[in-house]
Amino acid sequence: MAEDGILVDVRVHDGRHHLKLATTAACVGVCGPSGAGKSTLLRVLAGVEPGVTGTVRALGETWLGPALVVPAWRRGVGWVPQDALLFPHLNVRQNLDYSRRSGAEECLGIARLLGVSALLDRAPRNLSGGERQRVALGRALLARPRLLLLDEPFSALDRNLRARLAADVAAYCKDRALPVVLASHDDPDLTAFNAERWEFVDGVLSRG
Amino acid sequence: MIDPLSAIRLSLLVATFATLAGLPPAVGVGWLLARRSFAGKSLLSALLMAPLVLPPVVTGLLLLRAFGHDTLAGKALAAVDLPVPFTLFGAMIAAWVVGFPLMVLSARTAFESVDPRFESVSAALGVRPLRTFWRTTLPLAAPGLCAGAVLTFARALGEFGATAIVAGNMEGRTRTIALAVYSLLDEPNGEPQIRVLLVASLTISVAALYGWERLNRWQRRRLDVAHG
Repeated sequence: MAEDGILVDVRVHDGRHHLKLATTAACVGVCGPSGAGKSTLLRVLAGVEPGVTGTVRALGETWLGPALVVPAWRRGVGWVPQDALLFPHLNVRQNLDYSRRSGAEECLGIARLLGVSALLDRAPRNLSGGERQRVALGRALLARPRLLLLDEPFSALDRNLRARLAADVAAYCKDRALPVVLASHDDPDLTAFNAERWEFVDGVLSRG
Repeated sequence: MIDPLSAIRLSLLVATFATLAGLPPAVGVGWLLARRSFAGKSLLSALLMAPLVLPPVVTGLLLLRAFGHDTLAGKALAAVDLPVPFTLFGAMIAAWVVGFPLMVLSARTAFESVDPRFESVSAALGVRPLRTFWRTTLPLAAPGLCAGAVLTFARALGEFGATAIVAGNMEGRTRTIALAVYSLLDEPNGEPQIRVLLVASLTISVAALYGWERLNRWQRRRLDVAHG
């Protein structure tokens, strides 16, 4: 868990949108209607949202401040975007190992945890939406992140698999004391991660 | 005596040079134009595209003015034994200049077609920008870059106007396919040689354009996957 938690206080989209969140919880769940800013919040934390001003602090470090921007590749996050965005020129195995930070054995372990062991030689175009999401999750975990950013990571899975996978991934993160920010429509997801619940109401984030 | 095989050989040599020497800078400039905004971008783009619309004869004349024996650049190149006027190297430079805009244009389009979110994902996995370029941006743009190279090769192969001005029309040295055909038009018994050159031109051009079409299709397919 991060010593002093996560602080986000930024303006995005040329200052039209204000995102504010401050917590010390190890696991944060963000809810709200589509377009409220859940994905934007995760991108701000990942460092891949352009045109952001304000303050971002996490893991006891300042990632964004006046005259300071820590680039995405130095933040040590694992970002799982909503539409997976698997690299189309690489197969599943190569996608999982993209960061090249984990050994082959660890790759196989993660593939097993996520139930994608049988897909390792497939191309992303031959995967279902749910399979893509799981590979994207594995790819992020294998980058050895210090903070995991999950954007609707289980949305394309059927209900049974969703509940099981959410529990497994939550347990994996808890074992490793890996803090998580999770954007989700789905309350069971938040429960599985024992997440502190934040909700967008009229564009403003608040504890709920 | 005009040797059609010599002309074909020289044309292939010139076109290969124009393609290989053009590719690395075209990748750099194409990426810059696709991914960065900077002061003077429109001007740079316009200058690079100029040879595409200038009459090739004018381009050749400008090259001669820039690299002639009495210019600084011309003297420098002559000093390292690479004089431009009326040499094979001059023909290569002329083809390079005329073909380069096509390659930049293709490279720019290829890079623009790559969803920048893949670069974001790569960065958010802790991969440095240069490695992201090598491992994601470049492979995803590769088919489009190859298509540009093929198009440039085809264009350079048929170069006439700029080559004639810069390199002249010397048998066995600078007489490429287009120049040989032009010279053969004045020869009373030139018909057999003309036929050889016509067949060679058509074959290489059609093959190149076929390859260009296939590569473009590959590029589209490659990026379709991302959203499939």
